[in-house]
Amino acid sequence: MKKDLISITDYSKEEYLKIMKLAAEFEKNPNQDILKGKVIASLFFEPSTRTRLSFETAINRLGGRVIGFVDPDSSSTTKGETLHDTIKMVSAYADLIVIRHPLEGTARYAAEISPVPVINAGDGANQHPTQTLLDMYSILKTQGTLDNMNIFMVGDLKYGRTVHSLIQAMSEFKNPIFNFIAPPELQMPKVYKLFLKEKGIRFFEHTEFTEIISEADIIYMTRVQKERFFDSIEYEKVKNMYILRNYMLKFTKPNVKILHPLPRVNEIHPDVDSNEKAYYFQQAKNGVFTRQAIIAHTMGLK
Amino acid sequence: MKDDLKKRLKMNVSAIKEGTVIDHIPVKNLFKVISILRLDKIENQITFGTNLDSGKLGKKAIIKLSDKFFEDDEINKIALIAPHVKLNIIKDYEVLEKRIVEIPDVIVGIVKCFNPRCITNHETISTHFKVISKEPLELKCKYCEKITSEEQIKMI
Repeated sequence: MKKDLISITDYSKEEYLKIMKLAAEFEKNPNQDILKGKVIASLFFEPSTRTRLSFETAINRLGGRVIGFVDPDSSSTTKGETLHDTIKMVSAYADLIVIRHPLEGTARYAAEISPVPVINAGDGANQHPTQTLLDMYSILKTQGTLDNMNIFMVGDLKYGRTVHSLIQAMSEFKNPIFNFIAPPELQMPKVYKLFLKEKGIRFFEHTEFTEIISEADIIYMTRVQKERFFDSIEYEKVKNMYILRNYMLKFTKPNVKILHPLPRVNEIHPDVDSNEKAYYFQQAKNGVFTRQAIIAHTMGLK
Repeated sequence: MKDDLKKRLKMNVSAIKEGTVIDHIPVKNLFKVISILRLDKIENQITFGTNLDSGKLGKKAIIKLSDKFFEDDEINKIALIAPHVKLNIIKDYEVLEKRIVEIPDVIVGIVKCFNPRCITNHETISTHFKVISKEPLELKCKYCEKITSEEQIKMI
């Protein structure tokens, strides 16, 4: 059976750990020709330069070739071709499909149509599992473990798919604690809180972004987007409340690392960048190794 | 025998010789049941009653269909909006079989996903839900992974 990666919950804990191990191997030795002679389709139905470049770098470092398109305007979708037909055709050409699409559920649907494996590179507000795995790799690399992590998530916790998936994945490990810091409009949805309660995992909710972060092992920042607010006055009120500044890190733990799925706008002040606790750029770099690991695992090459 | 005859006379208007009686329909969903089962499109004799007294539901609705028997997937459709329905299969004026309809664990192609950003609302795809709760009804879309709740349910 082909092995797709559509949702973070498609993987077992053993698979998470296997990806972590492989990512570390690829970090040590990034250029391996295991995809020689393989063609990978990279279908970006919405632009996402960062994710696309990360995937394409991973493929190139493994010696594979890439076909595809970078935005739907250059594909036959504009001529009215259904997704079904696009996937049918592409899966006849390529050995693996990487798909990014603005509509939710598209990757799962593509995987049903395609006889070759599919990796979800983001389907609307739903899932972005390779981001979650690279987040986990970044946590493991900097903390030496995925157990007993106190993770603070800050910003848009309502629509931020990366925080939702990270909760699901980290719940597989020992004694995580979650602290959610968000404006009332953008709090963690009930369904995830219920999920944590059922698993007996501790979590705390806050609306103020204060010195409580001194307990954190990981501070996971996300973007508070204006368009998420019904009322623009509300946005103006909170927009500067969830900005991380260098002085706030003074009393944090020495091991703490700041993660961000990027792109950032203003939620992390540039004065944080030079702090050794800032980790978001290395995190992005880890994305390439993690994606190499995911591709190798998906194609049964490792 | 005399009593039986009386009963039969009383039931004369609505008794059916062969067919199906759908009993214990919630009053508010009677017309939904009719439309979901496309009873407005068939030529069989149909009688229905509504606001009838019921011990269980307070008030109930009932539909009697002559010469009509349901397939399982048709029955599933009713179960979603009338979970306590009882089907009486009638042969020669007698109840041959009583059936309870049950909400299945998986619902395919009956309900719309409430999420406007779900691929199933943009391409011709049969919807597919896992029933994560039967009371209240909660359906998790296999594609977008969002949960459609009871009050959001719309039939295709």
